[in-house]
Amino acid sequence: MPGRTLYDKLWDAHVVRSDADGTALIYIDRHLVHEVTSPQAFEGLRLAGRKPWRTGTILATPDHNVPTVGRGSGIADPVARLQVETLDRNCAEFGITEFRMDDPRQGIVHVIGPEEGATLPGMTVVCGDSHTSTHGALGALAHGIGTSEVEHVLATQCLLQKKSNNMRVTVDGKVGAGVTAKDIVLAVIGEIGTAGGTGYAIEFAGEAIRNLSMEGRMTVCNMAIEAGARAGMVAVDDKTIEYVRGRPWAPAGEMWERAVVAWRELHSDADALFDREVSIDATTIRPQVTWGTSPEMVVPVDGTVPDPRLESDPVKREGMERALVYMGLQAGEPVTGIRPDKVFIGSCTNGRIEDLRAAAEVVRGRKVAAGIRQALVVPGSGLVKQQAEQEGLDRIFIDAGFEWREPGCSMCLAMNADRLEPGERCASTSNRNFEGRQGQGGRTHLVSPAMAAAAAVAGHFIDVRQIIQEQQR
Amino acid sequence: MDKFSTLDGIVAPLDRANVDTDAIIPKQFLKSIQRSGFGSNLFDEWRYLDSGEPGMDNSSRPLNPDFVLNQPRYQGAQILLARDNFGCGSSREHAPWALLDYGFRVIIAPGFADIFYNNCFKNGILPVVLAADIVEQLFTAVAAQPGYRLKVDLAAQTVTTADGTVYPFSVDAFRKRCLLNGLDEIGLTLQYADEIRAYERRRKEQAPWLFMDVGQ
Ligand code: SF4
Repeated sequence: MPGRTLYDKLWDAHVVRSDADGTALIYIDRHLVHEVTSPQAFEGLRLAGRKPWRTGTILATPDHNVPTVGRGSGIADPVARLQVETLDRNCAEFGITEFRMDDPRQGIVHVIGPEEGATLPGMTVVCGDSHTSTHGALGALAHGIGTSEVEHVLATQCLLQKKSNNMRVTVDGKVGAGVTAKDIVLAVIGEIGTAGGTGYAIEFAGEAIRNLSMEGRMTVCNMAIEAGARAGMVAVDDKTIEYVRGRPWAPAGEMWERAVVAWRELHSDADALFDREVSIDATTIRPQVTWGTSPEMVVPVDGTVPDPRLESDPVKREGMERALVYMGLQAGEPVTGIRPDKVFIGSCTNGRIEDLRAAAEVVRGRKVAAGIRQALVVPGSGLVKQQAEQEGLDRIFIDAGFEWREPGCSMCLAMNADRLEPGERCASTSNRNFEGRQGQGGRTHLVSPAMAAAAAVAGHFIDVRQIIQEQQR
Repeated sequence: MDKFSTLDGIVAPLDRANVDTDAIIPKQFLKSIQRSGFGSNLFDEWRYLDSGEPGMDNSSRPLNPDFVLNQPRYQGAQILLARDNFGCGSSREHAPWALLDYGFRVIIAPGFADIFYNNCFKNGILPVVLAADIVEQLFTAVAAQPGYRLKVDLAAQTVTTADGTVYPFSVDAFRKRCLLNGLDEIGLTLQYADEIRAYERRRKEQAPWLFMDVGQ
């Protein structure tokens, strides 16, 4: 019998029962909850006279709707306010731990889970949010679910699932300076396409992935869903264990020792078989910029906007033509000639401390270019914000002309007041460049934090490696 | 959950690939704490010429005459014909809620995003995967004939055209049973409560750290 993949191991450990047709009842160890996808689930629970199975597995926080300025005066939008208050009420009623808007630990669910040690290696983690794949970076099986499933997990602590296929994406070699986790994952999506991972759980492996920090691995797993995979994951190694050690809800003492022994097994066996293998040479990856309205519409910063006439697939060609019109771009334009109106640094993809450090490094001693109307830095959580302030990063950003905000999803999806106006162009560290994602008619270019910072100071997209070289001179 | 067995309905074609959940229901409408009322904002940014906000009177908003669902021939459509990777993006169930509330009960495409596909079944919508060349033929047929209809039979797992061509499709047995009978999946799972508890006991021995509650 061949060995097992990491995904096989995580799956096997969580099967409560399975049917002949492969439908299995999977036990869920951690359930993260936010205000947008939970109200109807709690309502359903109440209507059926049910209660949460294990409240101690649940951690809730409002993140999508919260304002990032002037929080003291509450949420101005009454519809958003009701949604956040509904979360507060539901958590109070059922005794669920919630970091409310005024809690210093509040933040984007996918940032606070790992930060608190609430998501651990070997866990199954779900949330009514597709970017739950983030937590797979810790060697967990983590994926997004819909509201009906949120209710199902609340009521039963389980999820009905069929097992996905195994895919391994191996990124071997070393990336150059200025090339980050975001560039790696955008390059992977450019390679396999936004539906390339559909039906698979992806394990990211290879030297370039092992060399990433935990934050970087979270960035990569975060965007597994953008490749169509529900779950992305990385094997446990020393970095994983050091990251988890000492976090508020991580085990301690003798229990920690036992846990570490178990976590050391969380990797694919050498003879494990994958249904699909993709490999990418890290040394060829350059800083990436998306030009269109799907994350797979991506090119290196020194490239040009592609020409739909060269695409043979008619459906793809039409998608490209539509994207060019929406984005206000011409085929053949150099990417470095594109000038953003706004810059957004934040989100569950790139709102962690390492991301803010990388951006601050580029911004230090420079000013936001005159053509940029607004440049926002939105830390992923209250604790990331505190840490950044201790390191003086806030001063670097503010001195350069950035706005330093309170934590939340913010302009990643523009449910609060932070958004693009029609036609505005944004260099954004978030994960989706769909039409209207950052505001109706808004045009999103996905980039790494360093690349967003570089665009902010240059006023147009620029290869951040040029700036790094100048700094070293 | 709503049951689904058979449907004979008008087909509306949405001829673009990678239609994402933000397009299906833009985020400003996700602030609602209800399950219903999303239908008039389905495809809001494509459907109307102004920008939509919650609480607006949608009946007085200017319609985009070029958008397919606004064309008279597709009024009352219950079957949406779509392209590959339909429903990609977020896990939000607001997307199937909006499609259902608008009146769609079946979506036919060469491929769906995983979470969206799953969410459809939980809400009484049947997502049907047909091969890309069959979908292509259907797009041509719909365009050629106003009032074009298809018959969809879940029990038989077939899509049938007016001229009698039958396209079989596959569907997972458990999902089929739930959708045909409108079963409450939570109720079904709770029948196994003892097995869940037995799993918890076993697991707690092996991995007690998984049973430390947050908040303690
Ligand atoms: S930051 Fe963006 S992608 Fe992440 S959870 Fe919030 S809205 Fe979703």
